[in-house]
Amino acid sequence: MLVALLAIAIGATILSGLVTIYYDVPRQMGAQFRNYGANMLLMPASADADFNEEAIEQAKSAVNKDLLVGAAPYRYESVTINDQPVIAAATNMDGAKAASPYWYVNGAWPTQNGEAMVGKSLAAVLGVKEGGTVSVIYKEEDAKEDDKGKTADFTVTGILETGGTEEDYIFISLEDMSALTGFGGRLDVAELSISASKDELQAIADKISTVSPAVSARLVKRVTQSETTVLTKLQALVFLVTSVVLLLTMICVATTMMAVVAERRKEIGLRKALGASNAGIIGEFMGEGLLLGGFGGLLGAGFGFAFAQAVSMNVFNSSISFRFIILPLTVLVSVAVTGLACLLPVRSATDVDPALVLKGE
Amino acid sequence: MSLLELKNISKIYGDLKALDDVSFKVEKGDWVAIMGPSGSGKSTMMNIVGCMDKPSLGQVLLDGADISKESDKSLTNIRRDKIGLIFQQFHLVNYLTAVENVMVSQYYHSMPDEKEALAALERVGLKDRAKHLPSQLSGGEQQRVCIARALINYPEIVLADEPTGNLDEANENIVIDIFKQLHREGTTLIVVTHDPEVAEVAQRTLVLEHGRLAKEIVNPNFKD
Repeated sequence: MLVALLAIAIGATILSGLVTIYYDVPRQMGAQFRNYGANMLLMPASADADFNEEAIEQAKSAVNKDLLVGAAPYRYESVTINDQPVIAAATNMDGAKAASPYWYVNGAWPTQNGEAMVGKSLAAVLGVKEGGTVSVIYKEEDAKEDDKGKTADFTVTGILETGGTEEDYIFISLEDMSALTGFGGRLDVAELSISASKDELQAIADKISTVSPAVSARLVKRVTQSETTVLTKLQALVFLVTSVVLLLTMICVATTMMAVVAERRKEIGLRKALGASNAGIIGEFMGEGLLLGGFGGLLGAGFGFAFAQAVSMNVFNSSISFRFIILPLTVLVSVAVTGLACLLPVRSATDVDPALVLKGE
Repeated sequence: MSLLELKNISKIYGDLKALDDVSFKVEKGDWVAIMGPSGSGKSTMMNIVGCMDKPSLGQVLLDGADISKESDKSLTNIRRDKIGLIFQQFHLVNYLTAVENVMVSQYYHSMPDEKEALAALERVGLKDRAKHLPSQLSGGEQQRVCIARALINYPEIVLADEPTGNLDEANENIVIDIFKQLHREGTTLIVVTHDPEVAEVAQRTLVLEHGRLAKEIVNPNFKD
């Protein structure tokens, strides 16, 4: 019986632990995925839409503050540096830092106007280093050839490494871009990093389009899809492992109960000879089994939480909150698994013929 | 009307007739011994009378009611309510004390009552051993616990299978004395035995041979 209890407790521990992780993985993985950048893009709903910072703020109001990891508006302009055509990206540096935490800056992020961050490839071309200065020249597209354009000097605070096209850009503040180009506040795009599942993101995107008509919200499919794929696979794995463990628990309990029935064959025969009905025998063995299941489930729920906590701390480096629903769920599943496992042994207990057993056969 | 009547009972297993057209009656308060060599059908007879098996042919009338065609469930109920079983190997539950072993029988019959169970143990002279486990009791004491368990629900018939088979002479005499006492109190006793000394103290002896009732001997020396 101790073996059966141990088997149930272990099974319940895995069940409780994995279900806790199963529920918590989307949150944990979501947070991890947010390290890989924005998962929603805000763009002008139309060519003449008033897509400015005010519209972005309006759109952000449709997102739960707790879910919004970062938001970075962007305005891109073609400029020249050392006669090289370059893309200048103006953004809110704090927003960009939060929305793209995977960006690696050799040096520091710009903290004030007049400071810039240069992409690694561009820095190599320009021969610029951290602490250097670059002169950025902006000329309107329809400017005359002899128009020298407007020039602004920036101190390079850091060199940006992203592994992407950003390494070809120079990053400056929106205020500096406005002073240089006079773009009038109209933005090109805004990147949002939101901690939510694909479906939740879609719901948020729909809501944004409603509250901010100038904004068209789109999911970054590359990110959301891979997030969904990984989560689905992880959850399927958890489900599979839990199922296998429960199956093994069931087999172990069934085997143990079979051994118990075989061991107590004479006692069962005696009880039947003394007038125990089959229902009585079923009740006694099922009662024992279910009690065992309940107790094992209770133990497993406790150990499972500790197990999930240890996994979470080691894998995600964050703690898991206790979900009360998992306690009755674990006990119920343990009782059900034990009940199922007891069916065959109990059936064999009712098959015991008192006459044969009492004759010592 | 007899308490128990077997009418032309046969038990057939394939080609083997374990019992072949056996008939006899047992009146209330009778003390009957059933004797016979191995393979004579004693055990089959015990199983049928003890409601643990059904005959292939014939009728078993208990209190005038034919129980030979009853379902297993009904036979269990009849066994529980009307039959007290005493076994050669005692069959006590080894993790229960003597009094708890007696109470097991009450549990399936009505309601466990420790006082009543202690009274039953007192009846067989074992009240002071009530809290002992079977392993702490001698063979004779275990058999007396078994007898107390058989008596606790006041059965109409006490059916004993080789009750002295595992006992020494001293304990055999104790058990026989208890049977005599039970008989005086009006208990109906059916004792299956191969021991002539145990059979001799009964009112009459039914001798089985090859599944047939070979003879019925009325004990001329029987003393009430």
